[in-house]
Amino acid sequence: MTYSFLQHYWWFLIALLGGLLVFLLFVQGANSLVFRMGRDESERELIINSTGRKWEFTFTTLVTFGGAFFASFPLFYSTSFGGAYWVWMLILVSFVLQAVSYEYQAKKGNVLGKQTFRWFLVFNGVFGPFLLGAAVATFFTGSAFTVDHAAMGETQLSPVVSQWASPWHGLEALANPWNWVLGFAVLFLARMNGTMYMLNNINDDALRPRLRRQILVDAVPFLLFFLAFVGYLLTADGFAVDEQGAVTLVSGKYLLNFLDMPLVLVVFLVGVVLVLSGITIPLRWKESRKGIWFTGTGTVLAVLALFLVAGYNGTSYYPSTADLQSSLTIENSCSSEFTLYTMAIVSLLIPFVLAYIFYCWRAIDKKELDKEELATEEHKY
Amino acid sequence: MLSILSVDTTALIDWSRAQFALTAMYHWLFVPLTLGLAVVMAVMETMYVVKKDEFWKRTAKFWMKIFGINFAIGVATGIILEFEFGTNWSNYSWFVGDIFGAPLAIEGILAFFMEATFIAVMFFGWNKVGKKFHLASTWLTGIGATLSAWWILVANSWMQHPVGMEFNPATARNEMMDFFAVAFQGMAVTKFFHSVLSGWMTGGIVVIGISCWYLLRKRETRFALKSIKVGAIVTIIGTFGVMATGDRSGVEAAKYQPMKLAAAEGLEHGGNGAPFSIVPGVEVPKVLSFLATHDFDGYVPGIEDIKNGYTKPDGTTELPVAEKITKGKEALAAFKEYRQMMKTDTAAAAAAKAKLDANVKYFGYGYLDTPEDVVPPIGIVYWSFRLMVGLGGILLLIVALFIWYGKKNTIEKKRWLLHLGLWSIPMVYIAGQAGWIVAEVGRQPWAIQDLLPLNAGVSSLSVSSVVITFFLFLILFTVMLAVELRILCNAIRKGPEGEEL
Repeated sequence: MTYSFLQHYWWFLIALLGGLLVFLLFVQGANSLVFRMGRDESERELIINSTGRKWEFTFTTLVTFGGAFFASFPLFYSTSFGGAYWVWMLILVSFVLQAVSYEYQAKKGNVLGKQTFRWFLVFNGVFGPFLLGAAVATFFTGSAFTVDHAAMGETQLSPVVSQWASPWHGLEALANPWNWVLGFAVLFLARMNGTMYMLNNINDDALRPRLRRQILVDAVPFLLFFLAFVGYLLTADGFAVDEQGAVTLVSGKYLLNFLDMPLVLVVFLVGVVLVLSGITIPLRWKESRKGIWFTGTGTVLAVLALFLVAGYNGTSYYPSTADLQSSLTIENSCSSEFTLYTMAIVSLLIPFVLAYIFYCWRAIDKKELDKEELATEEHKY
Repeated sequence: MLSILSVDTTALIDWSRAQFALTAMYHWLFVPLTLGLAVVMAVMETMYVVKKDEFWKRTAKFWMKIFGINFAIGVATGIILEFEFGTNWSNYSWFVGDIFGAPLAIEGILAFFMEATFIAVMFFGWNKVGKKFHLASTWLTGIGATLSAWWILVANSWMQHPVGMEFNPATARNEMMDFFAVAFQGMAVTKFFHSVLSGWMTGGIVVIGISCWYLLRKRETRFALKSIKVGAIVTIIGTFGVMATGDRSGVEAAKYQPMKLAAAEGLEHGGNGAPFSIVPGVEVPKVLSFLATHDFDGYVPGIEDIKNGYTKPDGTTELPVAEKITKGKEALAAFKEYRQMMKTDTAAAAAAKAKLDANVKYFGYGYLDTPEDVVPPIGIVYWSFRLMVGLGGILLLIVALFIWYGKKNTIEKKRWLLHLGLWSIPMVYIAGQAGWIVAEVGRQPWAIQDLLPLNAGVSSLSVSSVVITFFLFLILFTVMLAVELRILCNAIRKGPEGEEL
């Protein structure tokens, strides 16, 4: 295994985790619809109990995404988290609110009242996916920062290697409309997947037709924003890295990446086709609830391919607009060969982890959730 | 900390460390109960499966409810901690991310998913999976939580005693050389058992305390007495384990972090046969030497000795801090020289590298200014240490009383004991918090012992940003804690589901 292979392998794992995370944002998407879909208390209870049995997976994937990034590309961790401070802090706060809201919303003595906690879920449901999407968009649109390793030797000035060049510390990303576009695309995708998931997981005659209608309500803006971003991506200047590590702006770089890596292009197209067919399934086959299998798998594949296009084929995955040469690549931001190798061995356990998650998830979901179950179940949210 | 740094930088460091301390302390309010209750409820469900007695099922389910209420907020505070390394200690994250990131990633892959998966089966699987699968899920939830403690304490121990790495000036960071040295070093083992078993103490004592409340109100008598029994066994195992590993912690601190030990003892001038201070002015001769070296005449350096340099029992000398600072500054200068030459002049770069290697051991000291900088806040560490050990001793006595009167079947009649049980809940929490204060304040100013002081680890942010997030988290966590406590009290008042147990 060469150093370069390990760098690519770890970027692939980051991309995969990113794909899984965006798919699992269906929890957030569904939560953003608690009040819109749930017309009465019993329906809201169904929605919250349905996503409430899954939220830990999303949360854990987010944490693992962070941990894996830290271990494999620590310079990203130190540059982006310490630099785009406010974006990450807002994301964290929204997830913190979510973590307690399930358990506390319906409990006696929760002080703030049931509705407050549900609005926390909505808040996380809207801002979590939007901000994560906007943050990922900066992988293509760039951020303003500088990296200077020699700074570590400073004793007079600040010895900090990564410096953010904007006093807005991340909020400046909102000045770029393309970050909004991907943010909205991820938000509507999460809502669509959330609706698909509820359709699959909840057995309720009143809720189902409404869920089916909602799919279209989110699918249309999702497609508009998504296609707009893809259009931007295929025509945008990209941040190319040469053999010596020098970064230059190359027009059509991301389009070139797709063409240079046909396999990634295929993965992307399969992902998009799966998402599209997933949308049409519940529309054409009124009784089918299998849409989530298609849109879910499609989401993972499409996001995976986008991450690969951002980092593979001599591309800077975290470009700096303030100083091109500070841009992060999988070569200049990664851990040492030894660490990547050691962690690669650890990563062999991932299939085993996925297997038991799949097994347990099926055991819990054998039967869809319905009002009857909530009426008899002692432990519910 | 550094006179050359502006007021702003000092304020930035202080607010950043305040924010981290706030998050860590809140997190540690919830984690020990998770670790301890996991054992209690798993034992109870095992009783149910073995004895086939519904009583145990309902007992286990009650404690699981308490577990769930506490778990959510533990998760919420935990995620902030992980990301704060990046957001607030970004330079740290680069400088040692090659080593420090690994245990965090492993924790995610191996422990968090296990916890997240099986907790869902535990809570929602009662009517969906078989009894044995369910029991296994309950145990695996606890094992997942415990494994996560392992990896995070590996990471923490590495900060206290960095091993298995080498500084690479070409990348300006430390790089891992030996994974097993990092993942299984002695201090990690000690810290793991010390922390997890203190969690068992917390879980056991909370179970005892809540049960005492029922007994005081003459409710749920059988449930309470049986719970006390399980709680007391878990507590007593935890307490002895905490004592044994506490002893090892002392020896390790003496070896690797002598300043922390000296601060915990308020020992200005050390020597052979150093006395142990009970409170200022009350000392037991030679006992500190025994605790630190397992020899009544062993040598323990004091704060002044460490500042001024001293000779170790094996004949080697520990340099005065002033000299370490000089050497550290030489290392930093050599590092800068290396960076300037590395691309243009190989010979000059090699010469600079040689100079750096000669002093790299003191690299972190180069960021310090005066010998005073290496002294942690002594008062906080000294009193926290006394609080931890003192309360630990009292708790041992209380649990022993519960076991004694439990054997004689007279717990319910001893109302004073029931009150004592209730009061031991705040005691165990204070002891746990005090323990972490000793461990973390005691190692100031180091983010990583001798390698990186906080001022070189912090993110380059404006003070106001960190002040805002500090108060944001303070308000958020405090409100959440208040909510949690109210919900817990309500759940306890309601008691186990179904008819009186």
